[in-house]
Amino acid sequence: MDAQFAIAGKDFAISVADKKVTRSIVTMKHDKDKTYNLTPHTFISVAGEPGDTDNFSEYIQANIRLYSIRNSQDLTPSETANFIRGELANALRSRRPYQVNTLVTGYDKTTGKASLYWIDYLSAMAKVPYAAHGYCSYFVYSTMDREYSPDISLEKGLDIVRKCMASLKQRFLVDFSDYVIKVTDKQGIREIPMSEL
Amino acid sequence: MNSIVEELTTKNREEVKLCKELEFELAPGDDFSFVQKFMDVKSERNALIRAAHGTTTLAFKFREGVLVATDSRATMGNVIASQEVKKVIEINDRLLGTMAGGAADCSYWGRVLGMECRMYQLRNKKLISVAAASKILANIVYRYKGSGLSMGMMVAGWDDKGPGLYYVDSDAQRITNDLFSVGSGSTFAYGVLDAHYRYDMDLDEAKDLARRAIYHATHRDAFSGGIVRMYWLHKDGWTAYPLEDVSELYYKYHPEIAITNAADSPLTVNAS
Repeated sequence: MDAQFAIAGKDFAISVADKKVTRSIVTMKHDKDKTYNLTPHTFISVAGEPGDTDNFSEYIQANIRLYSIRNSQDLTPSETANFIRGELANALRSRRPYQVNTLVTGYDKTTGKASLYWIDYLSAMAKVPYAAHGYCSYFVYSTMDREYSPDISLEKGLDIVRKCMASLKQRFLVDFSDYVIKVTDKQGIREIPMSEL
Repeated sequence: MNSIVEELTTKNREEVKLCKELEFELAPGDDFSFVQKFMDVKSERNALIRAAHGTTTLAFKFREGVLVATDSRATMGNVIASQEVKKVIEINDRLLGTMAGGAADCSYWGRVLGMECRMYQLRNKKLISVAAASKILANIVYRYKGSGLSMGMMVAGWDDKGPGLYYVDSDAQRITNDLFSVGSGSTFAYGVLDAHYRYDMDLDEAKDLARRAIYHATHRDAFSGGIVRMYWLHKDGWTAYPLEDVSELYYKYHPEIAITNAADSPLTVNAS
């Protein structure tokens, strides 16, 4: 029951992920960061099968960072997303595929544009202006459809995030209450505390 | 060398590789069909191999270290298999593991973890951190994911960073926190723990809390019971405490129903 969604503007992207770790009916942890920074400007948020999520993310993170070290250059968001998709697609036909859903959020320094890629566990990939995974998508997609336009400002983006959270809080069975909110833009990745949202 | 290459290029390449890596024999079959067919880890059916189950274990960090406590009951289906199981694994003199789920899986992989921690110590000339030890365990069980392992373990210890506490299960989930409870009685234990837990407790308060949490869990969960086993982890290692019978704790916590004389008992029908 993870909740994760993200919005990309022209030169910034926001990603939101809940912090709960659950097993059966028990919440075992309230403050897990489910996002992984890959380069100074690109990060992913991952949800899905417990165990697979951490293992896959750490594998991706290590490989992307290794690429940066070897080539003295970071992969762009689209290159990163395609790499992740490729790894997922390869694993899909193996004995035990990764069952993880991913959102890749990044800012491309060379073009000055932010982008968002939606990738599911079957390694379907789409470049989208906004996205969500899991049950949470049934609640937040309509809000994002209603509020989004391609030229939104960061403040408007955060306002959409607030509206999505309000809708989840009021209508969804699970109360997530706390989220990791990350923004990437020209200055790089930064986290916005819930108290400052 | 040639024979190894030949062996690896047989049609069961993956299986042979798995065995070689771990020097651990897998049951016959293409994949893990054997365990799926003959083993029952959730007490759901009458399989050939039925794993012991049902537990309450807990551990929390506090001002003076980590407190670890468990019950001692093992059940197989509806039957109590034992009332005096040791669910704490002494990995080494500063690392403890707790077991919930399949008893055999926990004790076997707990033992393997102990070996790996010793190997780390010999190779690196320093004690392993709690984070690293729990990661070794998580990596081992990740290789067996989907093959029927059943375990919910906590790894607790003291290293350079101070107290450490991790939860690792057979999904290969690995998380750290100040407070965990695992097993069928964990919901009851969480109820007591969450209401009264403070990081700033002293040792006596921590022991009281752990004892009460296990006691209340054994009281409500039919699959937990027996005795309370407690360990305190501090910078010099762990200290084990005397065992306490939960049925004796019942009378301690409810003095009003302690029966000193059978004649006074409200259950005794007075004939006259």
